[in-house]
Amino acid sequence: MLARIGVPTIDALFACVPDELRLDRALDLPTGRSEQEVLARLGALAAQNVDAEGTDWFLGAGTYAHFLPSAVDALISRAEFYTAYTPYQAEISQGTLQAVFEWQTMMCALTGLDVSNASMYDGASATAEAALMAIRITRRNRVAIAPGLHPHYAQVLRTYLGGLGAEVVRVDEAGPPALGDDVACWIVQQPGFLGTIEALPAHAEAAHAAGALLIVTVTEALSLALLQAPGDAGADIVCGEAQSFGVPMAFGGPHLGFLAGRQKHVRQMPGRLVGETVDTEDRRGFVLTLSTREQHIRRERATSNICTNQGLCLLVATIYLALLGRRGLRELAELNLAKAEYAKQCVRAHPALDLAHDGPTFNEFAVRVPGSAPAALARAREAGAMGGLDLADAAPDLGPAVLVCTTELASRAAIDRLVGALGGDAG
Amino acid sequence: MKRNAVRGLAYEEELLFEISRPGRRGADTPALDVPAVDAGLLLGELARDDVPGLPELSEVDVVRHFTRLSTWNAAVDLGLYPLGSCTMKYNPKVNERVARLPGFAHAHPMAPAEQNQGLLALCFELEQWLAEISGMDRVTLQPAAGAQGELAGIMMIRAYHERRSDAARNKVLVPDSAHGTNPASAALNGYDVIAVPSGTDGILHPDAVAECMSGEIAALMVTNPNTLGLFESHIAEICDVVHAGGGLVYGDGANLNALLGVSRPGDMGIDVMHYNLHKTFSTPHGGGGPGAGPVGVKEHLAAHLPTPVIVRDGDGFAWDHDLPHSIGRLHGNHGNVGMLVRAHAYICALGAEGLKRSTELAVLNANYLLARLRGHYHVPIDRPVMHECIVSDRGLAETGVTTMDVAKRLIDHGYHPPTIYFPLIVPGAMMIEPTESESLEGLDRFVDALVSIAEEAKTDPETVRGAPHHTRHRRLDETRAARRPVLRWQPETDST
Repeated sequence: MLARIGVPTIDALFACVPDELRLDRALDLPTGRSEQEVLARLGALAAQNVDAEGTDWFLGAGTYAHFLPSAVDALISRAEFYTAYTPYQAEISQGTLQAVFEWQTMMCALTGLDVSNASMYDGASATAEAALMAIRITRRNRVAIAPGLHPHYAQVLRTYLGGLGAEVVRVDEAGPPALGDDVACWIVQQPGFLGTIEALPAHAEAAHAAGALLIVTVTEALSLALLQAPGDAGADIVCGEAQSFGVPMAFGGPHLGFLAGRQKHVRQMPGRLVGETVDTEDRRGFVLTLSTREQHIRRERATSNICTNQGLCLLVATIYLALLGRRGLRELAELNLAKAEYAKQCVRAHPALDLAHDGPTFNEFAVRVPGSAPAALARAREAGAMGGLDLADAAPDLGPAVLVCTTELASRAAIDRLVGALGGDAG
Repeated sequence: MKRNAVRGLAYEEELLFEISRPGRRGADTPALDVPAVDAGLLLGELARDDVPGLPELSEVDVVRHFTRLSTWNAAVDLGLYPLGSCTMKYNPKVNERVARLPGFAHAHPMAPAEQNQGLLALCFELEQWLAEISGMDRVTLQPAAGAQGELAGIMMIRAYHERRSDAARNKVLVPDSAHGTNPASAALNGYDVIAVPSGTDGILHPDAVAECMSGEIAALMVTNPNTLGLFESHIAEICDVVHAGGGLVYGDGANLNALLGVSRPGDMGIDVMHYNLHKTFSTPHGGGGPGAGPVGVKEHLAAHLPTPVIVRDGDGFAWDHDLPHSIGRLHGNHGNVGMLVRAHAYICALGAEGLKRSTELAVLNANYLLARLRGHYHVPIDRPVMHECIVSDRGLAETGVTTMDVAKRLIDHGYHPPTIYFPLIVPGAMMIEPTESESLEGLDRFVDALVSIAEEAKTDPETVRGAPHHTRHRRLDETRAARRPVLRWQPETDST
């Protein structure tokens, strides 16, 4: 090979790198290891984390422990899916493209909107991109957020908007506010970070009265199977996190941001879109489309800088939704609701515990605990449970409180143990 | 010439919604062990009755559906995937196994740090390794992909200037050969973008950069090696020019696979850069992600890193949220950790020597391809390349065959085409990146295919222009898709 190239050594191939920029030592990294040794080393690190397979799990707060059907991982482990890249060459990417088209269709059904894109990085950046989209559509640059927005999402929103001179204002009053005519969008999380469900039509009315868009952010996508479709309630953009659709928690990523909107706004949407077309023999096929919105064509005038997105996580969710389907997803959502209602009943019945809110919830709710939240969670740990999130940072006004999530993984016995532990019952 | 592919089983498969049959389902739910709840009664108008748009399928239906779909994809595990600047190298299987360990796959990002010490240790170590590989001082693992890394990097540059009360800088320099994400990331930060022309030798020259420098320039974004596969030999001097003018230099790490153990961006004068773990560090591309785009910075930018950062805490590790000059949080959690785990396993397996060897072989393969293609295809800038090479369709002009046709004809030979029509400064560019994963025989077969297409363009141009001929679909009408967008399936309505 060197002879064909016409150089004497491999080193000579690097003659274009000036000597003073050549690294004159070996990198200070460990020496290479065999596969067996790699597995042993990483296995030891994995063993130092508490995982939802070996523990009763009540911690949600935007990342949810759900049961993962075996067929999902089996299918996404096909190398034809996971070792391919962005489907630029449509004729040899129809597998990926058709799956994305199916995802877009199902997300339209779940959100009640006309168009869904082919994923964003995560729920937080999807919310930030939705706000940027609203700023482009309304040509206004104030973004108003409801108190129920996940605190991390609010932080990411501020980070994203920081360079553009746009302002993020948090409206602390409960219920739909009166918004000024300089507001681009009103962002409401459904259910809210503390689990409570909002009546969306009133929020849509408030936003539209001010000429703003209503953005509904969803962190627990399973709730979409049970709650009024946000699009039907008047939302203009629905975005958030679809990790609940079969994607492992994986310490917070990779997860699956989604974003859906109305047909009239499609040219302002960020991210990839797949559309139907035909080939030269008039057979149906799918392609990446409306790319003139995107960075590789439009460069500094693109609707977003996103390129690589969360393709394989989208495939996970598409397979998951196909498996559960119309009846299964509904049944699963009802099961989550029933577990939470049972757990709330137990909390109400416990003399030392109290629910922080009276209103309706889905699978997550805040519980006031006696003494301190860390102590309550430590008791839960002793009882074999990850008991929830200490709300000291997110909702200090509640006093000692814990955000508890009950999915289909929580058995009645585990819920009983958790409530006892949080309440300080002797084990 | 040996054929790379013959025609085999080729299945048809409708959409999920078309094969749906009422009453079927592919996954069950556990028995209810708590009292049942009537959602309609409990939630009233807040609830919906049904999601009629979801399909109804058995597990076998779903498994066959997606297995059949998978057979319509090209993939690295099927063969050479020479997509330039995407580094489609082999993805070791041990990475997948490691990422699925319960302690990684089922850990929660908001559990207390003391219950995730293994993950914090892994992330901390990966930060240190990436810093050593690139010559940077500190690393954040939050960005979920290269473009989000660029966004973070440019935000840190803005924060740096603002902290020095040097906020008049409102423009970013981007070479005309840059990836589209560079100008888009700068614009998303409110910067105007100024294009810097490359020289006729395909690389940037200090004079051209100096001419663009002023008190308005916040940064230069540069990819090294650049998208022509050429090492920016004047990079150190260029960084000096930008620094002397008060600007900073952003390094796009998309092409880092050419530099491992050979040269380090931090030693060239780069202030901040991203790494594409899905390119250089072998995490799979997933049909379009997830990737991971960690960002490395020099010490003078460390105060602006996204929050939180991992710090040592006694014998263990903790999250530090107290960073008053941070650009803020960039990701809802800690980044695409599943990808970080895979990259960690890759560096662990290869070690210092293995990483350097991978770079050497990647550069050897690209130069070998160029040497064999010279004479068959026009080489716009004929210089020794790093990890990828560029040819164009200029020599085929008389035949009417274009780069698009060559790309589609390659599909008939069983290859994924190279990146085409990029970089924009080379008309009809084909950007070929073989990576270190290919053997000599594999490279020879690929060149044979390209050479035969160049000959076919002269003898039978219509066959080339009508390609692909052997795929499930013939050439797809992208114009129609954009003009009349159909972005979801809808049941056919009765038109009467």
